[in-house]
Amino acid sequence: MSTAPAALELDDLWVHYGSVPAVRSVALTVAKGEIVGLIGPNGAGKSTTLHAITGLVRPRSGDIRLDGTSIVGRKPEAIARAGIALVPEGRRIFAELTVEENLRLGLVGRGGRDGAEQDRRWVEELFPVVREFRSRHAGVLSGGQQQQLAIARALVAGPSALLLDEPSLGLAPTVVDVVFDALLKIRERGVTVLLVEQRAQRTVALADRTYVMANGELRMTLTPADAGDTERIVAAYLSS
Amino acid sequence: MIHVQNLIDAVGLGAVYALVAVGIGLVFGVLRLINFAYGQLIMVAAYALAFTDSWPDAASVGIAVLVAVGASLLMERIVFRPLRTADPSTMLIATFALAYLLENGALLQYSYRQQGIDSDPIGTLARLNQAITIGSLNIRWVSIVAIGTGIVSLGGLALLLNRTTIGLQMRAASMDFRTARLLGVRADSVITAAVAVAGVLAAVAAVITSISAQSVTQRTGFDVTIAVLVGVVAGGIDRLVSATLGGFAIGFATSLVSAELPSSGGTPFTSNVYMPSVIYLAVIVALLLRPDGLFARTSRGAVERV
Repeated sequence: MSTAPAALELDDLWVHYGSVPAVRSVALTVAKGEIVGLIGPNGAGKSTTLHAITGLVRPRSGDIRLDGTSIVGRKPEAIARAGIALVPEGRRIFAELTVEENLRLGLVGRGGRDGAEQDRRWVEELFPVVREFRSRHAGVLSGGQQQQLAIARALVAGPSALLLDEPSLGLAPTVVDVVFDALLKIRERGVTVLLVEQRAQRTVALADRTYVMANGELRMTLTPADAGDTERIVAAYLSS
Repeated sequence: MIHVQNLIDAVGLGAVYALVAVGIGLVFGVLRLINFAYGQLIMVAAYALAFTDSWPDAASVGIAVLVAVGASLLMERIVFRPLRTADPSTMLIATFALAYLLENGALLQYSYRQQGIDSDPIGTLARLNQAITIGSLNIRWVSIVAIGTGIVSLGGLALLLNRTTIGLQMRAASMDFRTARLLGVRADSVITAAVAVAGVLAAVAAVITSISAQSVTQRTGFDVTIAVLVGVVAGGIDRLVSATLGGFAIGFATSLVSAELPSSGGTPFTSNVYMPSVIYLAVIVALLLRPDGLFARTSRGAVERV
């Protein structure tokens, strides 16, 4: 556990779809500059947790705090401007807009935060592809390039917390390496990362700690030391 | 030469229809709502024009624009916003209700006024119906004004959408509203912008159609909107460009066909009495052949590769 101040805190979070609880009493803390992983089978409630944080669904009870301030009940755009950026599942880049226009939309979320120039330069160093293909339509990029654009678009907002929903889904192994390497550099910059993934072993190896989620609950916590111990991870999956 | 004149008139009507199509398409883009009451927005602006017919023309037109934008924003605030998360069919029915409410409200005021009055003149603007003679051509001023305003309005809108931040946000919101909001795009801002621009376009359409008709009634704007809605769907409502082309096409075809064909006798293809039937038959055929719209792109998005 890090002693750095908590950037993102979930406190006894409950989210329901109708009468069915999708997230049950989830409590987790991501300290500033930490990478926290969230793994688990489909339907475990991982994406729903991210949707609650970003304001797309409203929790029934519990609290979500960013740098100590509750953000529950705010609109998605207000939460984005407060400093939470999401790389959504399936990338969700604007295929008919250019790479440059996609990045300009990312800048909208900065709100009043300064340092746009520096963040932009850093993002272009991190993902040179977004500079190289600046004037192309995002739709003609490869899947891996689109994923890099999606992360770049989230980062130009200069967020304090970056949430990623299965960024490696459908990517070739070499591109997965690019994405995971980038996450380390993003942490170095002091951005807090909450990573939802299906690639359990890689996530456990990368993250400061990884929660295993099943049936809406956090079942166990894994550290990088557990990364080689895939059996235990699999067992955690199966016990759900 | 009569054919050239008819052609110019047809381009003029097409331009007006194109503006109405853009007004409907912009709001559809951000709200996924087909605003059936758009015609009544045109009507409200036309009445603003008629009720100020003793004012200087420019002031009268200015008031019409202000009234249309105000009415459009009010419509959004009072009806669309509370229903934003409702089922699309609920929204559609609400706009039907709004349309009939406004139309019948306008009809009602005639029963309180002097007997025999059932329309309002538009004052000196009506002189734009006079023709200008160029060589052997007689072109009505209103056609020239329609084409000119059409070009200026569409050009201005293209600049707004392509060169400004709010324009980029509007385009993004019409492609994927949820993702746009997750990036910090304020839903209320883009919707307000779209609705306000739609109001301006309604006013422009109101001015030109009122000049053409020389007076305003509770039906002003109604037929235009119905025809444009058909054109927009036939052209492809998913994209502003195809919707605009659809609107233009239906206006152009309506004007040209009715001018070129005699008004009595003959068969469906030789008399303009049958014109609406022939045009809507063409629309049905077009939609059967290209369900996404005549001007829609055949492939949707790009193929995803790893």
